[in-house]
Parts: sequence; C-alpha cells; structure tokens
Amino acid sequence: MIYREAGQFKASYEADMQIFPIRQDRIAIAAIVLFAFVGVPLFASEYWFQAIITPALIFSLAALGLNILTGYAGQLSLGAAGFMAVGAFATYNFMLRIDGMPFLVAMVLGGVCAALVGIVFGLPSLRIKGFYLAVATLAAQFFILWVLVKFPWFSNYSASGVITAQEIVILGWTVDEPVEKYLLTLAVVTVLALAAKNLARTHTGRAWMAVRDMDVAAEVIGIPLMKTKLQAFAISSFYCGVAGALYAFTYLGTVEPEAFNLDLSFKILFMIIIGGVGTVLGSFLGAAFITLLPIFLNQLFHALFGDSLPPAFASNVELMIFGGLIIFFLIVEPHGLARLWQIGKEKLRLWPFPH
Amino acid sequence: MKRMRSKWKKSAMVALAVAGLVGSGVGQALAAEQYMGLPSYRVGAYAAGGSGIFGGWIDYMQMINERDGGVNGVKLVWEECETEYNNARGVECYERFKAKGNTFFSPLSTGITYSVLDRVAQDKIPLVTIGYGRSDAADGRVFPWVFPLVTHYWSQASAMINFIGKEKLGSMDQLKGKKIVLLYHDSAYGKEPHEVLKRLSQKWGFELELIPVAHPGNEQQSQWLQIRQIRPDFVILWGWGVMNPTALSTAKRTGFPIDKIIGVWWAGAEEDVIPAGNASAGYIAAGFNAVGDQHPVIQDIKKYVYAKGKGNLDPKRVGSVYYNRGVVHGIIYVEAVRLAQAHFNKKGQPVTGEEIRWALEHLNFTPERLKQLGAEGFLPVMQTSCMDHEGAGVVKFQQWDGSKWKMISDWIVPDRVLVRQLVEESAAKYAQEKGITPRDCSKEG
Amino acid sequence: MTFFFEVLIAGLLSGMLYALVALGFVLIFKASGVFNFAQGAMVYFAALTFVGVGEKLLLWLGWAPGSFASFLGSLLVTLAAMVVLAILIERFMLRGLVNQPLITLFMATIGLTFFIDGLAQLVWGSNVRGLDIGIADEPVIWLLDSANMLVSKFDLTAAAIAAILVALLSLFFQYTKTGRALRAVADDHQAALSIGVPLERIWVIVWVAAGVVALVAGLIWGARNGVQYALSFTALKALPVLILGGFTSIPGAIVGGLIIGASEKLAEVYLGPYVGGGIDSWFPYIMALAFLLIRPEGLFGEKHIDRV
Repeated sequence: MIYREAGQFKASYEADMQIFPIRQDRIAIAAIVLFAFVGVPLFASEYWFQAIITPALIFSLAALGLNILTGYAGQLSLGAAGFMAVGAFATYNFMLRIDGMPFLVAMVLGGVCAALVGIVFGLPSLRIKGFYLAVATLAAQFFILWVLVKFPWFSNYSASGVITAQEIVILGWTVDEPVEKYLLTLAVVTVLALAAKNLARTHTGRAWMAVRDMDVAAEVIGIPLMKTKLQAFAISSFYCGVAGALYAFTYLGTVEPEAFNLDLSFKILFMIIIGGVGTVLGSFLGAAFITLLPIFLNQLFHALFGDSLPPAFASNVELMIFGGLIIFFLIVEPHGLARLWQIGKEKLRLWPFPH
Repeated sequence: MKRMRSKWKKSAMVALAVAGLVGSGVGQALAAEQYMGLPSYRVGAYAAGGSGIFGGWIDYMQMINERDGGVNGVKLVWEECETEYNNARGVECYERFKAKGNTFFSPLSTGITYSVLDRVAQDKIPLVTIGYGRSDAADGRVFPWVFPLVTHYWSQASAMINFIGKEKLGSMDQLKGKKIVLLYHDSAYGKEPHEVLKRLSQKWGFELELIPVAHPGNEQQSQWLQIRQIRPDFVILWGWGVMNPTALSTAKRTGFPIDKIIGVWWAGAEEDVIPAGNASAGYIAAGFNAVGDQHPVIQDIKKYVYAKGKGNLDPKRVGSVYYNRGVVHGIIYVEAVRLAQAHFNKKGQPVTGEEIRWALEHLNFTPERLKQLGAEGFLPVMQTSCMDHEGAGVVKFQQWDGSKWKMISDWIVPDRVLVRQLVEESAAKYAQEKGITPRDCSKEG
Repeated sequence: MTFFFEVLIAGLLSGMLYALVALGFVLIFKASGVFNFAQGAMVYFAALTFVGVGEKLLLWLGWAPGSFASFLGSLLVTLAAMVVLAILIERFMLRGLVNQPLITLFMATIGLTFFIDGLAQLVWGSNVRGLDIGIADEPVIWLLDSANMLVSKFDLTAAAIAAILVALLSLFFQYTKTGRALRAVADDHQAALSIGVPLERIWVIVWVAAGVVALVAGLIWGARNGVQYALSFTALKALPVLILGGFTSIPGAIVGGLIIGASEKLAEVYLGPYVGGGIDSWFPYIMALAFLLIRPEGLFGEKHIDRV
C-alpha cells in the first residue's frame, strides 16, 4: 500500500542507475539523515551522545569497512581493530608533526596509511582462503599492536604509550562539545556510507562480488584477481582507519594501543554477521545491536531486580544471554538483521494482499 | 490465549528496559543521600581483582551506613555497572553515572581511565586512580581533576630499587655492578617503569635488562631461559593476570630463586600466587595496603556487615589483598565526603563532585586520624595538596610464605626528587600538547 | 650450544601443549567443518568444573584434593558434564544450523563462547584457583648435572600425555566403526546421511571427544598456570598451529605444534633482542603465514580443488 513501486517509470538511464531507485527509499533515507542531523541533536541527552550514538556510529563505520572486505569481496578477516589502530595513530602523528594540519586531511591521510598497511597484509589472500586467511589476518592484528607499543615514536615518546587526541578545528569551528563531535562523526559516516553503497554497484563492487562467489570463475571471465582483492583490502582498511581516527578523536580522546585489541576485531566481525554480510544497512543494524545489547541487558537487570541479585550473578547471566541471543539470531535468521528488513520490505510491497 | 499473554509479558519487559535506558538520563540522587557509581567488573579475565576490590569498597560503605548511619547522617548509596574491563563499556558506565549526578569515578582500569580523562574536567567529576592510571597526574597543577592517590607506578619502581638496595643488600652502594632484570607485560602498563629504572640504574650503577612478555603471558619458557643465561641478582616482575603465576612457576622450573623476585602490586595478591602452588613460596611483592583481618576497620566490617549477612563477597575473601585494597578506596572516598561536608558547611547534606575534588586535594591522614578510623598501618600516612595529588608515595613489601602474605618491611620511601622531576616533565609535556595552562597553586584555597 | 638445545627442547615440549589445544579444533573441524571458536572456553569450563567439583567433594565427603578418590571423582563428574554440554550444543545449536554457511557456524561458536564463559563463572565463581595433578614441576636432575641442560619434568610428562592422546584418537578414527562413520561425515555430509550414518549422533560424539581433549588440556594448562579465565587464551596459541598443520589433520596438529613451539622460542631468544622482544605474540602467525604461502592448505591439510 505505502511501499509500492508501481507507477515509478524510469525514463532515462540516469534514473535507472540511481543509488536508491525507489522513491520511498529516497524519502526514507532523506528523512533518516535529516532526523540524525537535526532531530537527534534536539532530543538526545549528553549520555546518548557520548555513550551510545557516537560509538555506535563509529563501530558502524568500522563494520562497514569489514563488510566491504568480508561481505562483498569474501575475504574473511580478523584484523579490523589493527587497521583502526593504524588510522588512529597515523592521524595523531600527522596532526602532531605537521604544523597547521587540518583534522579532516589528517584523518584521510590516516585512512590512507591504514589502506597501505592493509594492502601489505592483503597479499597473502592471493594464495590463502577461508579460515586459513582469517587466522593469518590475526598476524596483522598482533603485529600492528606490537609495533605501536614497541616503537615509542608512534606515541611521541609518551611514558605510558598512550596518545592524546589534539583539538579538532575545522575552518575555525572548534569541535569539543559532545553534540559537535556527534555531528562531525555523523557527517563522516554518512558520506562514507553513501560512497560504499555506491561503490558496491560499480564495476569494482561487482568484481568483488564475482570474486566472493567464486574466484576461479571470476578470473576466467577476466577479472584481475590480484588487483581486485588488494583493492578490497585497501578500501576496507581505509574505512577501518577512518573509524579508528574517529574512535580516538571524537569518542575517547585518549587511547592506548590496547584499546584496539583482538576483542574489538571480533566485535566488529559480530556486527557484520549479526547485521548481515554484504549489506550496508547490515553494518549499521549490527553495530547498533552489538553495542546496545549488553548495555540494554545491564539496564534491564538493574530495572528488574535492582540490587536484590548478587552482582556477579547478574553480570554472568547477562553474558550468557548475550551469547544465547547471538546463537538464537543466527538460527532464526542466518543472513542477519538486514535480511529481516528485506523480507519486511517484500511483505510491504504486497500488503494488504497476500500474493 | 497463553501465547498472547507471553507476548504481552515480553513486550512489557522490553518496554521496561527501554524505560530504564531512557530513564538513566534523568533521575537525580535524593536529598540526604550521597550517590556514587561503581564501574565494576565481575566477569572476564580480571574478575578476581575486580570483585575483590569493588566488594571491599562496597562493604566498607555498607559498614559506615550500618555503624554510623552514613556520613553525618547522609546515607551512602551506590550503583554498580558492569564494564568487563572494556573501554567502551566503561565510558558508557561513566556517562550513565554522570547523568545521575556522580561525584567520584574510579574505574580500576588504566584503559578506562585514559578514555574518560578528557571528560572529567568538563563534567566536574573527580577521577581517582589508586595505584594505576597516569603517574604524571600527580602534578595537580596540570591535572586538577585526576588523583593517582596513595602512590603511583613511578614511586613504586623507585621504592622497589630502594627496597632492594637498603633492605636486601644492606646499603644503596651495594647496587653498583648488580644485575636487575625487569620482566614486564608488553603493553603501556609494562612500560611505565622503564624511564625511572633507567635513570636509577645510571644513578646507582646497576645493570638493567628489560625483557618483555607478550600478552597474556601464559607461556614464558624463552624469557626465563634468557634470565637463566643473564644470571641476574634480582628480577622485578611487572606482570598482570595470568602472567604472574606463570612467571613464578616457570622461575621455579628454571631454578631461579623465588625470593629474588620482586613483584609489582598488581602481582601481589593471593590470586597471583595460589595458582602457582608451592612454586610461589618466598616470593616478595609490593603493596600499598596491609593484608589480613586484624585491623579494627576490618573487624568492624565483619561485625556490622558480615554478621548481619549483608556482605558482598564470600567471607573467606575478607582480609585478602584485593579486598583490603578496596577498603582503602572506601576509606578515602568516605573521608573526602566528610571533609567536603565540613569545609562547605554542608553537614548532613550531600556534596557535589566539585566539593569532593576540593576535599581530595586536602586529604590529611595523620597517624591519629588513621587510628580513629581503625586503619593504623592499614594504609600509609598521607597528605595531598594542589601540587601533590599522590599524597604518600610510599610502598610496603610483603612475602608469600606458602599460605599467606606477611608484611616484611616498613613503608619504603622512593627517590622523591627524581620521581617528582619525572612527573613534572611529563605533565608539562601533556600541558603543552593539550594547550593547558597549569594552575598557580599559591592562589588555590 | 647447550643453551640452544635447552631452548629448542623447551620449545618442542611447549609445542606439544599447544598441539593438545589445537587437537580439539581439528576434531570438530574434521567431522563437521565447524571452526569451533569455543574450544578455548571449553578448556576453561572443563578445568574449572574439575576444580570446582574437587572443592565440593572436600566439602561434602571430606575427600582431600589431590587424593586419588577426589581426582577420580572430579574426573568422572567433569566428563559427564562435558557429555551433557555436547548434547546440549548439538540439540540447541548445531541442529538449528544444519546446511548454513561455515561463517555462520563459526559465529555461533563465538556466541557459544560467551555462553560457556558466563555459565562456568556463574556456577563456580571467578576465583582463581590452583590445581595439583601430582606431577612435580622441576628440572630433570641428571640432565642438569651432566649437561647443565634444563628440561622440565612436567613438560615431559605433559608431552607424553599429549602423544598418548593423539595415538588413541588416531586409532579410534582408523579402526572403529564410529571412527569410520566420522570420516564418512567429514568427507560428505549428504552422502553419509544417505547411507544411514546418524549425523546427529556423530556430532555429539565429536563434541564429546573435543570436550575430553579440552579436559586434558585444561588439566595440564591449569596445573601449569592455575585455573582461571586466562585458560581460554590458550586457544590463541593453538591457532597458528592449526593453520600450519592444516585444519583437518591430527598428525598435522602435532607437527605444527612442534614447529611453532620451537621456532617461537628460538625467535624470542635469538631474534627478540634485536627488535625489542615480546615477538611471540605475532611471530607464530607470521611463520605460519610464510608456510601457507608455499602450501595454502597447511602441511597436512586436504588439497582443495576448485572446479568452475
């Protein structure tokens, strides 16, 4: 009824090739973006900005990066947090060592550094596949953190090895309030998400998917494997690197290399699998789910039982429910939350008629 | 019908949880209650330490409520939030507490400390890190809101060398030509003592070897075989979690004398030595709180809390190292609340984070005061000021006799001049990076 | 030179201990294609249950920990627990995920990791405990006297136990009816089903076998470093062993373990000082990676042929 494509005729190639070919989608996306930029700052409290929305957005971006690699190009990786660390530390060093470096440029350069590192660690993917590759990417995770801890130059010889994010100034606008940091994060994430959505439809994106579905077949039809795989590693790492820079600069402020540990890599992998492998929307849904669920459970237990439960009991049960829910979701919908949305959309299209 | 009901129940539960999530943005502490948020961790790799310290802390506050009816009639109330020792979860807890008017934040995790460091000044919540966190925050001019109270890592490293020199070798001159190995957790935490130890090795002429152990450190054969080659006189163990018992059992296996290993205070609890079994007998570790349940303050906790069945932990853990460290947290917090009430004429009323910050800068635990608190010798005599956010800087050493920890030294004083110099250098660098103008302490009240 | 051999032997022996953990992964992967991330958590769960039951036996029956009765009692109860766990996993997790992509199954085992961690700590508490299984942890005296070489008795014993376990498992796979069924399932799920191999029962058996391996690994690692949460980190040591030896090969796990253990120790001792040390966090992975570039399916892994 509401969601109906009928009557929307594409009269030109341009119209047919839009990112969102259906009018309802365009309206919905515009409404969501508008709400995020205008509505959220009006209604949300500082708690929401600093503890929930900003980190969820940053994790979405990292998940998006991993999704490009794993979901679109089919290369399983467990090193996402390592590339985030490269982005964060590189951005810090660009800001530190070059006078008058604008933040956005430093952030992009940080992402480029992460991309370069990503290409290096992507090289084995030409020979290795599947879980072998996944375990091999752990090498990136451990090696990068080791380098950042071992060589004090990266943290500007700080005694404890931490970096302290510099003040962000963009064209005279000092970003220091939580709302401003949120808006900056949102702007970066929006731009990159649209770019990813678009990229997936280009020649590059289709080459990735061909490689994912069967790389030998892809090679046979003339897709250069090396270029395609390394491109996926580079772009994915770029996204992760930018997410890492935001993690340090708009979320935490002061970070140590251990903030980007293996747990974070796994968390990002969770996000894309729970959210939906190979979809942009899934990265966002997954990030929201994985970030919010433990907090939600913690709050729920407080609300339901107050202090009547032994504290360790509550924490352990939360952990068990979290694990149980992941299994539950995978059984109910192995293709992730994004798939649920897609099914819903198809139902809407037919509604109110059953067929 | 049944199905309907269960559906209803489910949605009611969800609604409740959403309300909880939203509601955390409002809700203020009630009058005559002093609210505080405890970002505890009771699951995961560090649960043993987290449950011990937060349990001891809560028990002490419970005891104050039961015995004295709170601080001048103001009941202490607290709320826990599970962080799992994870930075992002810690920040969420911090923000959740802040929205409810938190007045004191002590995450017991260096990572979380760094993650909220930039926020506390703006939010006017004192960040108290007892025995961890940034050592250079001892310079209160640059870090008005951060308090590495009692003693910090750099003081500890220096006190260890003083202990080895004075107590183990007889005099500091004996250090000349000796070999000391620092076996450290390969992370920001493990790198803390490097600079101090390097400078001290130049000063006293001992040889320093740095040997890292990769996280988590559950396999150390190669490190200890190296140590066996070096044949050092002492090994300083700057370890964390499973790395500590592994170090002790591997040391035993490679024949290194256990009583020549000096551990950091995060390697000096029952949890660090029991897993290594009898390999750990004779091992020495640093600490900044006494162990055992003989102090009146612990006896009071037993009497007013555990006897009434209101204890937070297994009664067996009362008096253990982590537990007592938690009680130290409690004593400092309650004393700060009391001081703030007195100074700002708010007896019988809750105080704000700003007022507590003032109090933390004016703590004065004289021997008499400690005796009144039933904590004589339980924690060191200490006095803080605008310049000095550390207060004491002294360290005690304890030895594991196979079944319990025994105190084997008095409070050992570090090389204050050298440590202070490092603190000020590092703080000045931070101030410059961040564009902070240090406070002028002569103008502070 | 003595030092070199000392390091080498220590490395080979630790390698056997890594292999022990890797074995659990191999068993499950071989029979179901599932990369069971929860193996580390199972090690922790098994060791914690063993110690926890020991404490209860002392409390209820007065059996001293370390005594034979207590050891046997805890062992039996823990084995029963591992069997129950395997049945529950099969019933509530695997059965719902038949024919799903491998990555989904992998993710489910990560969920399982959380669940098992929470369960273990909920039942037994998160206190750190010691564990004494009656093997002294000291150097072999005659080697120390004659060659000034240090070899740990404990590691020798542990390596022997690991070797026996591997031999038993190999025999089991090779010569029993169940073993043959397991291999059939590993080759092709559907073909095995169609000739009447009960897939569900097979899976339970594999998970029980992995649980037993986890228990042995948990006891040995627990006696070495204490029973605590960090036991689940031993899985990280097993992963490079796994890719080096191949996910599907039992002997591969052993050979991989020996290579990883020895090279890790030698690298830390001889290479570490030049780059600042602490390299054993990543060195095994880089090493395994280098091997993979030559043989992409590991030393003993099954060669995978893509057909278009």
